[in-house]
Amino acid sequence: MRGILYVLTAMAVVGLGFWAYHENYATQAAIREVRALHTGIGAGHQRLNILNAEWAYLNRPDRLRDLVEINFDRLGLLPLMPEGFGRVDQISYPLPDLLPITDPVEVSSDGAPSTTEDPL
Amino acid sequence: MTTRTPLRPLARILRARAEGQDPAHIEAENKRARHDQINDRARRRAESRLIVLGVVFFCAFGAIGVKMGTIAGTDPVEPRAVAAGNPIIGQRADIVDRNGRILATNFDTYALYAQPPEMIDPARAADELAVIFPELNRDRLLADFTGDRKFLWIRKQISPEQMQAVHDIGDPGLLFGPREMRLYPNGPVASHILGGASFGREGVDSAEVIGVAGVEKRFDDFLRDPANEGAPLELSIDLTVQAAAETVLQGGMMLMNAKGAAAVLMDVRTGEIIAMVSLPDFDPNNRPRPLTTGDQSDSPIFNRAVQGVYELGSTFKIFAIAQALDLGLVNPQTMVDTSGPLTWGRFRIRDFHNYGAQNTVTDVIVKSSNVGTARIALQIGADRQRDFLGQLGFLAATPVEMIEAPTGAPLYPRNWSEISTMTISYGHGLSSSPLHLASAYATIANGGRQVLPTLLRQDGPVTGPAVMRPETAQAAVDMLRQVVVRGTASFGEVPGYQVAGKTGTADKPKPGGGYYDERVIATFASLFPANDPRYVLIVTLDEPEDTSGTEPRRTAGWTAVPVAAEMIRRVAPLLGLRPDVAPVAISGVTLTSN
Repeated sequence: MRGILYVLTAMAVVGLGFWAYHENYATQAAIREVRALHTGIGAGHQRLNILNAEWAYLNRPDRLRDLVEINFDRLGLLPLMPEGFGRVDQISYPLPDLLPITDPVEVSSDGAPSTTEDPL
Repeated sequence: MTTRTPLRPLARILRARAEGQDPAHIEAENKRARHDQINDRARRRAESRLIVLGVVFFCAFGAIGVKMGTIAGTDPVEPRAVAAGNPIIGQRADIVDRNGRILATNFDTYALYAQPPEMIDPARAADELAVIFPELNRDRLLADFTGDRKFLWIRKQISPEQMQAVHDIGDPGLLFGPREMRLYPNGPVASHILGGASFGREGVDSAEVIGVAGVEKRFDDFLRDPANEGAPLELSIDLTVQAAAETVLQGGMMLMNAKGAAAVLMDVRTGEIIAMVSLPDFDPNNRPRPLTTGDQSDSPIFNRAVQGVYELGSTFKIFAIAQALDLGLVNPQTMVDTSGPLTWGRFRIRDFHNYGAQNTVTDVIVKSSNVGTARIALQIGADRQRDFLGQLGFLAATPVEMIEAPTGAPLYPRNWSEISTMTISYGHGLSSSPLHLASAYATIANGGRQVLPTLLRQDGPVTGPAVMRPETAQAAVDMLRQVVVRGTASFGEVPGYQVAGKTGTADKPKPGGGYYDERVIATFASLFPANDPRYVLIVTLDEPEDTSGTEPRRTAGWTAVPVAAEMIRRVAPLLGLRPDVAPVAISGVTLTSN
């Protein structure tokens, strides 16, 4: 009985050692991954920052104004002026689509029996 | 187990008695022996406890010593397993406008430095560097490289192309240090508000970026506080409006041949400054140095809207009139004596034209009569006028969040005499900045509740203490509207926006005393729309001269007002204000029935 207990204990120690070994390497792998992610996030932030700065630089009011002037022939953009505001009744409502004709009425005289009589 | 000897053994007692000795001696001797035994035991126990304690302390100190040795002997590492918060934030937070558009941000760049002892071919390095950076002096570089210097900075910031070119020189003594630089992508737009930044303490691997002026310096601690996790500083400025206002003001300044100009656009409900322009301006990416000689107000870094204190002329008249209305001294229809000139001691107050013997209070404002305003101010009295102007903010520097704000403190007479009362009522004798005027007009436009200027975005209306009754404020706005409809500011009418305002033309004071004849500060203080004031706009031109007529015209009605009107036309639609036009009769409606 005591022998079995010793064997079981020894096996448990070996098992725990094996588990601890794996956990150790799993933890180190996770830490490495976190470090790689942090580096990636840092690079991403840096890229985002540069892109934001570039976007702001490309959209600076002076440049947009110059572009509008250069491309006036094609775009015809003007500054927003008070005349740009309209009233609702200045907008024409879209015309409703015609309904499909389901019951056509023949109004043409084409093919009608000809009469020689004078109607009067 | 020790045998316990009795204190009085019977055999020895009997023997001692038989020999005639004192048996008490025997007892005393035995007692002593027993005490010795007890002492020995106690000492042994104490000794063993001391040893145990000593071992415990030895182990504890040993453990601490070993740990300290380990810490001292190994390289420091960041705890990598902790992933709390945002570890990657810029050294300095961004500044954005009210819609989140970037006004200032950071950019990664490199600084170039040299370590001459490491250099292989200093002459070639100096030659090539002089080619890459034309502003560097080749001979001076060579002298530095071949002298006994161990370290020198060559350039604080270099572009990626320059960095590659320096890299291609291939000298191991030329090294790069990473830097964060401050970038203002919009160039000179809002330059005076932002100020600028430069490097503080510098090391090889990094350098502090510190603000040197404007909000950058005022909010330096906020922008550099890592606890904000990179949250941007939100200003009340609207970039689009600011850019449009700068364009219009620049054009107006050139047309009117002015040497400088300033404009302030303020939301009357919150005191938010939507746009603040001072011309000439500068590029904050390359901030000019302050002038070393001459007048600082001629420098482009001088902010005329905040730092420039001027006598703003007739724009002040509405304050005297509003106070008289509020005190019940007059009503808009009261007749006032406007016959001039008004003589007071050795002073004579006269009007631009003669406006007749009597005018209503409304017409005093509409025609801008100095004499009429001075007479009303006399009724108010010096103390009450001083208190009122104090409540409007004219006796202290503006509380706007810029480091330059305290330098724009108003100038007013120490001794507020009756003649001061009269001259200040029409805007002479008290110098203040356009921003002061903007917040005072905003107070009138806001139903008489005090408005304090701010550059930070506000979430809702800010209710200040009441300076005047709402009815008074409404009456003042109505009078200002009449100035535009039929008075000195008739060029200020913008269809649909019901502009109300007051012109002011003040002669510029000479540095030695007295006034110039042909140099003026022309100001137009306006608010719109008059039926429900939302915005206040102040436009100030420095030494304008309209030469389109037969003789030069300098009054604000001919110079500042057209510029302000054009600005309102451009800016009001951008602010989302719909023009209020009279409804057109609906035509072309045909009633049908079927």
